[in-house]
Amino acid sequence: MTALARRIAASGSFYAAVVVLVTFSAFPFYWMLITSLKTDGDLYNLDSNPYWFNAAPTLAHIEYLFTDTLFVRWLINTALIGLCVVAITLVVAVPAGYSLARTPGRGGETLGIGIFLTYLVPPTLLFLPLSRVISGLGLQDSLWSLVLVYPTFTIPFCTWLLMGFFKSIPREIEEAAIVDGCTVVGAFVKTVLPLSVPAILTVVIFAFTLSMQEFVYALTFISTSDEKPVTLGVATDLIRGDVFYWGELMGAALIASVPVAIAYNLFLDRFISGITGGAVK
Amino acid sequence: MTALAVDAPRPKSRFLLDRQEIIGPLFIAPAILYVLVLVAMPFLLAIYYAVSAYTIFDPTYRFVGLKNFTDVIASEVFRRTLINTFVFTIGAQVIGLVLGKFGAMLLMQEFRGRGIARALVVLPWAVPVSLATLAWQWMFDSLYSVINWTMIAVGLMDPAEPWQWLGQQDLAMVAVTVVHAWRLFPFAVVIFIAGFTSVPKDVLDAATIDGAGFWRRNYQIILPIIMPIAVIALIFGTVFTFTDLSVVYLLTRGGPMNGTQVLGSLAFQVGILSGDVAHGAVICLFLFPFLLVAVIFLLRMLRRREI
Repeated sequence: MTALARRIAASGSFYAAVVVLVTFSAFPFYWMLITSLKTDGDLYNLDSNPYWFNAAPTLAHIEYLFTDTLFVRWLINTALIGLCVVAITLVVAVPAGYSLARTPGRGGETLGIGIFLTYLVPPTLLFLPLSRVISGLGLQDSLWSLVLVYPTFTIPFCTWLLMGFFKSIPREIEEAAIVDGCTVVGAFVKTVLPLSVPAILTVVIFAFTLSMQEFVYALTFISTSDEKPVTLGVATDLIRGDVFYWGELMGAALIASVPVAIAYNLFLDRFISGITGGAVK
Repeated sequence: MTALAVDAPRPKSRFLLDRQEIIGPLFIAPAILYVLVLVAMPFLLAIYYAVSAYTIFDPTYRFVGLKNFTDVIASEVFRRTLINTFVFTIGAQVIGLVLGKFGAMLLMQEFRGRGIARALVVLPWAVPVSLATLAWQWMFDSLYSVINWTMIAVGLMDPAEPWQWLGQQDLAMVAVTVVHAWRLFPFAVVIFIAGFTSVPKDVLDAATIDGAGFWRRNYQIILPIIMPIAVIALIFGTVFTFTDLSVVYLLTRGGPMNGTQVLGSLAFQVGILSGDVAHGAVICLFLFPFLLVAVIFLLRMLRRREI
């Protein structure tokens, strides 16, 4: 074999490996797409090749989803929950992260780690007692229960992320503002916050996507159809008895997944440096 | 921070906003309060339920000691559940890490379309778990499974007896493990890439010049450097798999015959669907020792990083 042939063979097997990997990860999404565009006759026919259209593609499932189901309502619910959670998270985590970053000695770091560790407390451990708390508060079957509970995992993660960021801002900038007559809070608002726009944007994206991905609390707290977020509504309400509306289901799953996937890809590196505690730059 | 340069007198109304020792605690208080009220308190409540006879239908706090714990441990289903939880977690971690290493080595190379490949590989981890699991449920369908169709088409399966992926215990175990690993491996890919790129190139070059071969470089230089990151990733991955209930709930509801039940799904079934909050709380609390170990490991890793 010549060197050139060997190189071609090597790059060929390299690309083959990449294709295998990508197929494994992305095939279910291709499957969502093609299922949502097939006619029922094509979908439920064992003889036809499932990988491609055997009848003309149709938008009937998508149309049904938007006109005859609560899908749009669920999307709105998810957006509403996400926005409220983002607001609560910012109001709580920005000052907390700043305070931890500026606490002298190891106290701030230790407290910060303590708060971060609550991110490891899973919904599975708390959904039972919280469901009793929620029903005690009269919030059962209301999306406001999720607005109340989701910050329990967004606040710890975002506080941690912001703490790391605020530490990287030199203290001299605030001190200069204080010398110029600002209060400590004024210096924070006028000098640190404007510098923190990228970090705060990251927090907004993560608080939103984390609350959009959650399933356990929603499943536990909410059983009224029109209060459900999209993840729960699609998974539980597009099934009548034993009949699965696969075209609608897959279309809904795909449509709701796309924005999260894009957001994640854009902010992936920040998420990683957050989760590894800044060990990776 | 105490050495602020100015001590000039200021208007009294600004006095509070000027005191850093007041503002510090004031800024952190809401976060701590949130965590205390909605994480710590429910946790204590769970312990309280676990030693009482509390059900949705009879919400009394009659103290029953450890009876609920002995009930749960004595149950056949629970023991099966505990084993399942470990099998899923370990299985998914092993597959996820192997695929993660493999994926990272591929995606670290420069090649055309790398950006798209990375975006597609990250997908399973990015999208909401319940929606992604629905796609798998459809792929594992009892009648129209694309996996079965393909295996029949290439002659690996008897068309008369297609496999029931979610209807047979052993296959259902495989299905759930694969979905967990699928969800997890992109996370491992990304973490490994981050780790590899943090290894200084000159260190590697120096080692090569000194005669270190591929394996030596891999295990004596790269591995120790990326170890802390890999362990943190492993801890997060393990915790998320161990405590997950959505994949099992959506794919199999814990069935067939409790064959794929995990701690989370069993607690949901007992505590919410059957309303037996006390026994459900006990099942949840079995997650706790495991979490504690994970937390201790994570703490050690974070501390080591600081030094």
